[in-house]
This record gives sequence, C-alpha cells and structure tokens, in this order.
Amino acid sequence: MTRIQRILAGTVALFVAAVQPVQADAPGRVVSINLCTDQLAMMLAAPGQLLSVSHVASDPRSSAMAGQAGNYRMNHGLAEEIYVLQPDLVVAGTWTPHSTVSMLERLGVPVAVFQPARTLADIRERLVQMGEVLGRPAVAETMVAEFDVRLAALQEDMSDRPRAALYYANGYTAGDQTLAGQILLAAGFANAADEAGYRAGMKMPLEMLAMIAPETVIAARRYPGGSRSEEILDHPVLGAFRSGSTMTAMTDQDWVCGTPYVLRAVEDLARTRRGMTGADR
Amino acid sequence: MRLVLPLVLLVFVLFAASLLIGPAGIGVWEGLSALFTMDESPQALVMREIRLPRALLAVMIGAGLGVSGAAMQGYLRNPLAEPGLIGVSGSAALGAVIAIQTGAATAFALALPMAALAGALGGVLVVVALAGPRGTSLTLILAGIAVSAMAGALTSLVLNLSPNPFAASEIVFWMMGSLADRSMTHVWLALPFMVIGGGLLAATGRGLDAMTLGEDAAEAMGISMGRLRLAVVIGTACIVGAGTAVAGAIGFVGLVVPHVLRPLVGGRPGRLLWASALGGAAMLLAADIAVRIVLPERDLKLGVLTALVGAPLFLHLILKLRGTRI
Amino acid sequence: MTVMELSNLSVTLRRRDVIRDVSLSVGKGEFIGLIGPNGAGKTTLMRAALGLIPFVGNSSLAAMPLAERAMAVAWMPQQREIAWPVTVETLVMLGRTPHVGALASPTDHDRSQVDAAIRWMGLDDMRQRAATRLSGGEQARVLIARALAQDTPFVMADEPVAGLDPAHQISTMQTFARLAEQGKSSLVSLHDLGLAARHCTRLVLMSEGRLIADGCPAHVLTPERLAEVFGISAWYQDTEQGPVCQPLEVIR
Repeated sequence: MTRIQRILAGTVALFVAAVQPVQADAPGRVVSINLCTDQLAMMLAAPGQLLSVSHVASDPRSSAMAGQAGNYRMNHGLAEEIYVLQPDLVVAGTWTPHSTVSMLERLGVPVAVFQPARTLADIRERLVQMGEVLGRPAVAETMVAEFDVRLAALQEDMSDRPRAALYYANGYTAGDQTLAGQILLAAGFANAADEAGYRAGMKMPLEMLAMIAPETVIAARRYPGGSRSEEILDHPVLGAFRSGSTMTAMTDQDWVCGTPYVLRAVEDLARTRRGMTGADR
Repeated sequence: MRLVLPLVLLVFVLFAASLLIGPAGIGVWEGLSALFTMDESPQALVMREIRLPRALLAVMIGAGLGVSGAAMQGYLRNPLAEPGLIGVSGSAALGAVIAIQTGAATAFALALPMAALAGALGGVLVVVALAGPRGTSLTLILAGIAVSAMAGALTSLVLNLSPNPFAASEIVFWMMGSLADRSMTHVWLALPFMVIGGGLLAATGRGLDAMTLGEDAAEAMGISMGRLRLAVVIGTACIVGAGTAVAGAIGFVGLVVPHVLRPLVGGRPGRLLWASALGGAAMLLAADIAVRIVLPERDLKLGVLTALVGAPLFLHLILKLRGTRI
Repeated sequence: MTVMELSNLSVTLRRRDVIRDVSLSVGKGEFIGLIGPNGAGKTTLMRAALGLIPFVGNSSLAAMPLAERAMAVAWMPQQREIAWPVTVETLVMLGRTPHVGALASPTDHDRSQVDAAIRWMGLDDMRQRAATRLSGGEQARVLIARALAQDTPFVMADEPVAGLDPAHQISTMQTFARLAEQGKSSLVSLHDLGLAARHCTRLVLMSEGRLIADGCPAHVLTPERLAEVFGISAWYQDTEQGPVCQPLEVIR
C-alpha cells in the first residue's frame, strides 16, 4: 500500500467515524487515562464523546497521535481530576494504578480496563473492545478491516529472515512473546534474542548480545537529557553490529501501544530489512 | 616487603577470575586466547570490549579508593575518614549527574570526569575545612553526614527534573555504584585523572608518616602542611571524581582496606598508601566478581556488597573510638 | 652564638593580643625554663617563634626555609599525639624525617641516632611495642626520644614533664641538662618551679603575653615576682644541693 493510499484509507475511516451514529445506550462523557486507550478512543469515539485523554498522549515521543491529543482536555490519571469531569465511562489500561481504578469505582464511575496487546491479533481485539464500550462497533469493524488489508499487504516472501535483536536502555531485550517481538517478526526478521531463550521482555547481558551476534541490532531511540541507563546503547559492542549493516532505531510512539500505528513500525522495519537483504524494490 | 608479593598475587588472580567469569560462559583457554587474538569473533568482542574494561576499571577504581581512603585517614588522623562515608563520592556523583543532564558530557567527553572531580573537590574541601587534622571523629562524621545528605538530595533533584524517563531511577546507581557494561572509553576517560591523583597521593607518604605526631610536630620536621593538604585534597578529588564518574559512588572500600592492612604495615600511614592501593584493587575485583556470581540475572550494585562488609566494621570502629577520641 | 633570636615578637589571635613585644635570645648550651601562669602565652610564644602561627616582629627560626628550620630546631608539642599504633622504634625514627630524603631510606647513621635516643630515654625494652599502647609517661619519653633523634642544636618542648612521675620528671630534666653540657640548647615550658629552679641554667618568666623577667633562677624567682605573677608565696634558697624553690601558699 502506498503512502497516498494509506492516507486515503485513514481519511475514509475518519469520515466513517464522524458520520456513524452513536448507539442509544452509549456513554456520552468518556475519559481515557492510559496512553494506549487514549489512542484507541481518539480513533473510535464520536465527536464530543471523548472528553479527556492522559497527558502522555500529547507527548510526540510516546504517542502516535500527539497532534490529535491537543484537541482534548489533558488529565494526569488522578481520581480527583477525573471525577470532576463527571464521566459516565473511564477507559484505563491494566497498568493504571489499582488505587485509582478502585477509587473511581467507589465513586460510581464505571471503568473499562484494557489489557495491553502482545500480538498483532490482540490489536484487532482491542479495537473491537473499544468499539463496544464506546457504542461504536461499526466504526471499529471498519478499522479492523482496514487493519487486515494493510497487514495482508505486508505478508510478502519471508524466506530470507535476517537475525535481529531488539535492545533497550538498561540492557533489556524483547522476545517473541512481546508486541515489539511480533513487530520484528511481522517485518520479516528472526529474533536472535528469542532464539537464545529471551522470550519475553527481559534483561539480556551485553555479553549475551555479543555471543548471539545478530546481524543487526534495533535499538531504542534515545530520550533527551541523558541517562546512564541509555549509555549501554553507545557501547562498542553495539557499534560492532552497527558497522556494515543498518542500525535502526525504534520509533517508540509506533511501538508502545497496540494500535494500527504498529503497522507503520512494521512497514518501516520491513524497509530496513529489504535494505539489508538487497530485496529493495 | 613481605606484604607486596601476596597482595600483587591476589590482585593478579582476581583480575584473571574477573576476566573469566560472566554470563557468556566462555572457557578459560578460549577466553584468554580470544583476549590476545585480533579477530572479530563474538568471544574476542566479549573479552576485549566487555570483560577487560570491567576488570581494568575494578583495579583502577579499587586501587584509587583504597589509596585515597588511606591518605584521608592519614591526613585527618582518623580511621573513620573514607571518601564514600564523608560525602566526597556523593558530591562527585552530583557533579557527574549534572554533566550528563546538562548535556556537557555528550558535547565534550572529558566534561564528565571533570565535573565529577569538581564535585569531589567541593565535598573534600568542606570536610577538610570542617574537620581538619585536629577535628574529632564527631565533627568528621557530622560534616560527612551534612555533605552526603546535601549531595544526595541535589542528585535526586537533578535526576527527577530530567526529561529522560530513565534518569529518575538511576539514583541507585549513583549511590551504590556498578561496573556493569562499561567500555574501554570509560577506562580512557578515568585513567588520566587516576594517574594524576595517584601520583599526588603517592608523594604524601613521608608527610603522612610525620602527621602521626600531629600537624605542629610534622611541620617542625620540615613537612609543609599547605602542600600536604593540597596534595591530599586534589589527589583524592581526582581519584574519587574520575572513579565515581564512570562507576558511581562505591562506599566503604577506603574504610575496610586500610583498616585490615594497617596492622600489617606496622601502622605507618606512608606504607599503608600502596598497600591499600593493592588491597583496594583486590577488594573491588572480588566484589565485582561476587555481584556476577550471587545474582547474575540482576544488576546487583557493588556498593551493596561493600556496605555489607564495611558497615559492621564501621560500627566496630566507632565503638572502639568511643572511649578515646569522640 | 645564638640558636634563636626573637625581637619585638607579637601575636594577635581573634583580635586579642596574646603576645606583646617579646624579645629573647637563646645562646649555645643554654637550658632555659619558660615559666608563667596558665594563659601567660608560653605555648603561643614557642609556636610563633617556630613560624607555626602568624606573628608580627622577627624570629630567626621562622625566617628559615622549612627544611633548614627542621635541621635547626626540634619541637615537642604539649599534646602527646600519636595517631597510629606504630612501634616505638618507628616513632623515634620519625625524628629523622628532615635528614632522610623524600625517596631515600634511613642510613646507618640515622639508625645509630635513633638507637642513641632510645637508649638515652631508657626505652630499649619497649622498642617493638606499639606506641599507642604505652602509658602516658612512657609516651612522653618516647616523644622526647623522637625530638632527640632529630639531632638539632636546639630543642623546644612544651611541658615535657607534665604527667610524669618524680623519677621521670627528674631524669627528663637531666636529659635537657646533659644536652646543654654537649653544647645543645633547649627552651622548655614548665609549671614546676622547683624543677625549673633546680635544673635550668636560665629562666624566662611570662605573664599576660609579656616577658616579665629573664635571667638566672635566683634573679627571676624573687618573692615579689612570685606574688605578683603567680599570686603565691614560696621558699627559695640556694642550698648545697643547688637552688630549691618550694611554693607555699596562695596569697590572693
């Protein structure tokens, strides 16, 4: 799918979202307090239905929809500030502090909790779930269909899978059981860390990274205002895997949440792979 | 001297052990040959870029902490003086954190050790000014608490104000120290300052010996107090600053090592300097090996181990000094 | 020939005049007792003369470079500070610091000087003991031995006999007297007027930062001065065994 087509598809989805009526029993005042639910809600909510998103949603480094987030009131996930908005639904993630969720429930505010996505299939489910709680199942269905189309376009010849490893600050890696690992697989790489037994998101000593010798290391993009945790990404060992091949940085905003933006990460990464394997079109 | 050979041997054995222990599970022979062959195998990468700098830094920083502990104790005439305990390391960490957060360390690599040096210098000046050679243990410890608390609070503040999401959780590293994932870059960054500091402190032996009899007697024996003070202050700041900049604040090495070795050198502060350098290198190598063996999956901090050994000894020393000096 | 020359020396500490206009000359072979009540400025005078604290006026010792001064005078502070558990022998060897170069090790001559000092102070049987474990009196003798090992023509000591038993007080005073016989000089602050009168060749009396009297014991320890400066009466007599001064009563 070309860039134009993608933009077109997005526009159509937005148009559909705008005209699709809200079900009669749908909540009229929705507040989201988690970065991932923020984005799902912004994609699916009817105009005026979503009151507020979390402040992280407007951080371009973490949020793929930082621009849109500016149209909503910002919250910091505190029960008090949410309660005064008098929402009839709060959408939260499982990482939202339990104390906040139980406090809201005691105050009589219904809270819908979303599991984080670990696979690409999870993303479809989250879209459907968000469509249901917002009373907009038809919009969700449209979006899922579009997601499937784009995903199918990415399923090309994967016989030549270069071995890659994901590497984050503090020496963390991600295996196949993580969303990041699934993105890596979908882009046509083999996960070298997963082969070495690092299946989930876990710490992998630098020595192990050197020993598994991946063809490329896909490192986390650095945040401003240095830290010692990120220094590991400058270590000469990583440099050894950077030389000769491409070193891709993860664009966090597309990687962190189970939304259709994950496909953008897959597409970017697939381009890198084609560059490596010489299969660039 | 009879003490040299065993200490050198101990450092050598621990250095070799440090090179050969790690999660990659490289065999003894395989590892040593990878160290000296110039190929690009993963083994060579692990040995030369990960384990060698780690072991070298353990030797350098351990020796530096040992010698600066011995020098501070000799100058302040107090066995409780230790760069970590009296806040010199903490101040150095503050300097390093500021250099990293302001971006100075990225713009100019030497800014990191230099900022840490400046921090250490501030800390050591305050402590020496408040508790000079005539100060009691009480003034020394109180000055140390004040400097440590201030440096710790400011370090936390700087890290919490950082836009970097990882920075805030790094207070543990700066307070406890770690040699994990260091590279040769860090070795070259710290080495010049370590050499300068070591040279300054090595030359204080005669003066520190004379200080056994107090400032007045030492000065009347031809020892220039001004020069001795300057050498101890700058030497300690160089060593602790450079060490803390690359490995965080590692406490108690400068307390434990001189205390253990003092009887073996007949109590002479001058001889204790080089003995503590060797002993410090051995202690930090051992601690760094232990963190890899005890909890290989976690990034256990070095300061945890050194404090487990050092803190009880510190209490024992206070108990011993209680009747006499405080 | 003099070993120390002070002229118009004054010391001001915390805006208070502690020493005012003291001039004093110490000649070869003199054993001078520096006496005066507490707070008269004895310690301050000696430290200023050595250049350890700032002063106004002239001191021949303070004017010397550090290394040269260490060859000219040995100093024994009042506080018997021994910070580390070094052996007696090692401690006495510290007296050789000015003679041994920064990187050199002690020569046979240094060792024989240390041996002589240890023998002189009767410390042979405690040579290898840790100096910190000795009794106060023993430590005092070790520190005197240290000063002797420095082998200087002049020794300054601040209350070297304080805390010693009578036998060691007398033998310490005799040590300084024997140094004087060898042509070496000493300036020793004392509180025991009896010891001062009996052993010193010359006494210097200080009060409130000023030098009040300077001369032989009989000339300095007059009843009027003792009454005025110390506020005591004393019995003073030149006997067949030498001068005897025995303080009697407080008179004010």
